[in-house]
Amino acid sequence: MLRQLHRWPGLLAAALILALALSGAALSMFPAMERLSSPAAVQGQSIGDLAAKVLASHPGVEQIRRSPSGKITAYWFVGDVAGAAVVDPVTGMDVGSADQGAVQRWLTDFHRSLLLGDSGRYATALGAFALLILSLSGAMLVARRQGGWGRWFAAIKGPWAGRWHAELARVAVVGLGLSALTALWMTAATFDLLPVDEANPAMPSDVSGQTGMSPAEMAALQDTPVADLRDLTFPYAGDATDVFTLTTGAGTGFVDQGTGKLLAWQAPGPWTVVGEWIYLLHTGDGAALWGLILGLAALTVPVLSLTGGLIWWRNRQHRPHLRGMVAASAAETVILVGSEGGSTWGFATSFARAVQDHGQTVHLGALSTFLPQSYKNAKRIVVLTSTWGDGDAPTSAKGALDRVKKAAPMAGVPVSVLGFGDRSFPGFCAHAEALEDAFRSAGWDMPMPLERIDRQSPQSFARWSRAFGDMIGLPLNITHQPMPPKSTALRLVSRKDYGESVQAPTAILRFAVPKAGLWHRLTGRGFGRFQAGDLIGIVPDGSVIARLYSLASSRADGFIEIVVRKHTGGLCSGQLLALQPGQLVQGFLQPNPGFRPDRSRVPLILIGAGTGIGPLAGFCRSNRGHRPMHLWFGARHPTSDYLYAEDLAEWQNDGRLTGLHTAFSRVGLQNYVQDVLRDDAEVIRRLMADGARVMVCGGREMAQGVRDAMTEILYPLGLSPAMLKEGGRYAEDVY
Amino acid sequence: MKSLIAALALSTALITPGLAMARPVTLTVNMADYGGRPAYLAIYVTDSSGAYAGSLWMAGGKTRYYRHLSDWSQLSGGDVAQVDGITGASVGSGRTMEMSVDLTDALFDAGYTLHIDAAAEDMRDSPNEIAVPLTAAGGGQAVSGRRYIADFTYRL
Repeated sequence: MLRQLHRWPGLLAAALILALALSGAALSMFPAMERLSSPAAVQGQSIGDLAAKVLASHPGVEQIRRSPSGKITAYWFVGDVAGAAVVDPVTGMDVGSADQGAVQRWLTDFHRSLLLGDSGRYATALGAFALLILSLSGAMLVARRQGGWGRWFAAIKGPWAGRWHAELARVAVVGLGLSALTALWMTAATFDLLPVDEANPAMPSDVSGQTGMSPAEMAALQDTPVADLRDLTFPYAGDATDVFTLTTGAGTGFVDQGTGKLLAWQAPGPWTVVGEWIYLLHTGDGAALWGLILGLAALTVPVLSLTGGLIWWRNRQHRPHLRGMVAASAAETVILVGSEGGSTWGFATSFARAVQDHGQTVHLGALSTFLPQSYKNAKRIVVLTSTWGDGDAPTSAKGALDRVKKAAPMAGVPVSVLGFGDRSFPGFCAHAEALEDAFRSAGWDMPMPLERIDRQSPQSFARWSRAFGDMIGLPLNITHQPMPPKSTALRLVSRKDYGESVQAPTAILRFAVPKAGLWHRLTGRGFGRFQAGDLIGIVPDGSVIARLYSLASSRADGFIEIVVRKHTGGLCSGQLLALQPGQLVQGFLQPNPGFRPDRSRVPLILIGAGTGIGPLAGFCRSNRGHRPMHLWFGARHPTSDYLYAEDLAEWQNDGRLTGLHTAFSRVGLQNYVQDVLRDDAEVIRRLMADGARVMVCGGREMAQGVRDAMTEILYPLGLSPAMLKEGGRYAEDVY
Repeated sequence: MKSLIAALALSTALITPGLAMARPVTLTVNMADYGGRPAYLAIYVTDSSGAYAGSLWMAGGKTRYYRHLSDWSQLSGGDVAQVDGITGASVGSGRTMEMSVDLTDALFDAGYTLHIDAAAEDMRDSPNEIAVPLTAAGGGQAVSGRRYIADFTYRL
């Protein structure tokens, strides 16, 4: 619901909001320029003094206005010819033209009415309303994404488009929302929808009838500082019954031209006062710095539009296309999917089609949309979900667990949960298990036990579908062959071999970056954009299942680099280690936003062993800003499998790597990286006190060893790896 | 073009049984090239004592800006009802506004003065931009404005 509320105004009003934002950003500079170009104010000057000076230089002066920025403009007549100029309050002499420049006038007209008069004003008001909805729904989405309003400024993770969208939006949303709200108020005022209560005192009937007093002697004008002035209108020359009309921030009144006394005074009503603040908040007129801040906020709109459009487009691409799908409220079978990369969607779609083939109505949706009260015709709910990391919800299942815990169970509607995962991970199907538990404790009817599918096994899935079919009385036997993502041929450019003498043949393989079109670059698909820490999937000959390797290079390096160790009997590693420069393998890119250095300047503690050094070396190589990076690296022997030895030395020399600590298990102290960590506990604690972040890459056992060591090391600080993980300060990439 | 008898009749000074004795009068306002946004114009009549007699036309539809037509605003008390039904679009720089109004004979050669207040956004207010006595003989003679109006003519 919230997403819809954010998506549609965003897509439909994008061009309109873009036009308003860009013109608004340009306009935001004018108050600042006016402030800089206006003559300096005279401290403590009275209106009487100013009026006398202007009167001396322009005897035919009729009106003096002071803009919120402090610019003073005088209007006069010489005979029948009207004149006007910006005047210097010190001398009363002209210093510049009073007329607003044509550019500013054009921009203003464009900004508020698209140069289309009143119908244009309605259109821009619509744009402002869309922006207001976008700001409010967007703020709620950011809060939801971050896990609460209190975590508004916590680190943002995820694919770059979404990250940048949220990153910019959380800073700009206040400015954008205020701009939209104040715009709507101003439009309402323009169309007389708000009460008008400006000060409009009645003209005094009783005046002295005298003339000729200098404004400098008039008490009413002497008592008021120029800083309060809005407008001073002089009496008609030769009309003894006329008066000075004085408007200040506090109201409007009349001053007798013969006695200088205040004859009448009225303060503006609350609507006018609020309206003036609204005007200032919207235009920055009189608050130049605020105006520039609003302008900067407006400048985020093009980026937000672009990234927002991309997010929508990508989600659309990822959404499975199920012909004949019905709304959630009409479906007999509701299928909910928790998926990170999209493979679970594939299984779910095959399953949905098979159920449809038996004449059942089906709704297929993201698990995060779980809303049982809307499943009015449901006979069963089926949940298919993968697991993210050590048991977290995958992207399309965010928040589902809480929803399950809160929702009341539906009588007579059984729930089946099917988990997808990789048995070699400790958190195998952990999210599916958590969901299963949540459903059970909430009291749902669960006739089938949780089934777990290992590594997308088509056989296990077919078996589960038969069992499910038996339960609901439909003959199901679904064969689903998962399609690996579209892969690209990668050409090996060079290789560097290690570890032969310690029975751990390892190679650093460097591939050429395949050519990517502009679209791929923009959308970050294919090899258009990648960073160290992202994953590359290699599909070996004779298999459909891809193996994932961590990237040790970024797009800016101009090559794709991975570190591969040969596993006994390993199909993929065997083929890779046999690869000679010039030869090709099939690969695809899989972004891994959870394992990337943040953009701050706090120190990074990088911990890796064996091939796990790959992404960490990539981080160092990209560290051209010389952020403090400290690497702890474990290998077997310094002369055999000390990966990146020369590079690390070079990076240490040129400042890309701050500290290097090594552990070798077959020589000298014969210790592991976690042992060296314990030795360096003091160093680590000092870095952590400076706010350091930890990134660990390597095998499962090594990661566990490091976690144990870090638990001990951090204990005196009152910290733990689990707490740090929570706060985004401890990231692991484990295989 | 609207008949303005009704509006004028609101003003007590002009309630006469002779409303039938009205004649069409053409008002022509040629705007100067003042180079700003379209101007608001208030066209109204005062009697021989300078008191407000009634409004003939208001060019500009947003009442919140009427106070910038400061003489009209003072004389009429800013009463929007005074221009009910006799309001049109504001008039752009360099444009011409022409209209026909039915005015009672009693207005001519009786000390009445036709005034035009003008104002444009972000520019000066120009009350009493035009002040021309209503006389049968004065018809057809162009009167110059001061800031926004190049000249004004009424033809009987």
